[in-house]
Amino acid sequence: METVGTEATQADVSAEIAAIESAYRRTDVEETQPRLDYAPYRSSVLRHPTKDLHHADPEGVELWTPCFGDRDVNALESDLTIGHAGDPIGERMVVTGRVVDGDGRPVRRQLVEIWQANAAGRYIHLRDQHPAPVDPNFTGTGRCLTDDDGYYRFTTIKPGPYPWKNHRNAWRPAHIHFSLFGTEFTQRMITQMYFPGDPLFPLDPIYQAITDQKARDRLVATYDHDVTTHEWATGYRWDVVLTGTSRTPMEDS
Amino acid sequence: MTPLLTPTPGQTVGPFFGYALPFDEGDQLVPPGALGAIRLHGVVTDGAGAPVPDALLELWQADADGAVPTAGGSLRRDGWTFTGWGRAATDGEGHYGFTTVTPGATKSGAAPFFMITVFARGLLNRLFTRAYLPGEHLAADPLLAALPAERRETLVAVQEPTGFRFDVSLQGPRETVFLSYPGHRA
Repeated sequence: METVGTEATQADVSAEIAAIESAYRRTDVEETQPRLDYAPYRSSVLRHPTKDLHHADPEGVELWTPCFGDRDVNALESDLTIGHAGDPIGERMVVTGRVVDGDGRPVRRQLVEIWQANAAGRYIHLRDQHPAPVDPNFTGTGRCLTDDDGYYRFTTIKPGPYPWKNHRNAWRPAHIHFSLFGTEFTQRMITQMYFPGDPLFPLDPIYQAITDQKARDRLVATYDHDVTTHEWATGYRWDVVLTGTSRTPMEDS
Repeated sequence: MTPLLTPTPGQTVGPFFGYALPFDEGDQLVPPGALGAIRLHGVVTDGAGAPVPDALLELWQADADGAVPTAGGSLRRDGWTFTGWGRAATDGEGHYGFTTVTPGATKSGAAPFFMITVFARGLLNRLFTRAYLPGEHLAADPLLAALPAERRETLVAVQEPTGFRFDVSLQGPRETVFLSYPGHRA
């Protein structure tokens, strides 16, 4: 395929991904988070810190987290398929799971936010100029609070994959963005949930910026027929583990 | 203490969070013009010194007396309750701003700071930092003391007539010091 200007091809980017993974496999460390410095994802080149993160012992507000309640989140906000004149196009699905901290304790009554493309791979965001149809019945944003056992649950439409400009013919695997809070603010995180068996996984530099396959697998939801509901929606399960806490939480806090 | 479970990896916030994460009055922890209101603002830049117009910052802080807020209501503010948390996206010039109060020390002798998280397209995982208030109590702060002088100053906000300025450099000669905590892993 013809290369326009200095635009890299998928083969170029795949070769870079393979070289980094091969070097990682020769080490005996286990990485669990994405690299910040990951050149195959071109936008990271000027946006990653070059110095090591500085170790901090959390103190003061760092040991606490913002509180959210029913005042903040309406129960209807967890259903992305309602609130418009009609039903959105696509595969209706439920995604549910449990948010726990690194010690396995449920994160109770805490905010979970999601956003995603529609079934055709198009975001409502004005910056998304991908010529796929906007769905007038789908915005693609949702919120909920976890329950007393740490479970969240959303009803939505399965998002489509979409092209982006990292390199020529670059496509993102279908994903849902998740924003999560823990019991202290050091656990704050934003990530992306993927779907099992996506053929775009090996080609995607954002997913591949996590060099370890076990760690990548932690972002992939599981199809769960017990979550699927009769004549209504397919079901996926995806659990989240936040980092460990420093504070000893009070019982039932 | 090593956590039992391995944390789920983060991923970039990407380019399309603008219709999902920012919310009305997200950047106003107190209403502008309220008694004691200050402005905390700055510019986020990349390794070429260019502004980052698609970053998202979150602020989490103690109140003016040093108490850690425990009230809900950040997402639908009532204009009276200080919840301590806010969210602001950068504009086309990489500029962010919050209206808030000056945080007090959470314990006697401690150096007060704003806790800030940074998310951006191109940034594969969130970054944490502290924006300390300028002042003499900084000399006794253990985190600042552990840093070389030229790096230390990246964590100290600059006093202005209306509040404080705190610029964030993701990369470059004045690269901001970003933090990891004991529960974090590579």
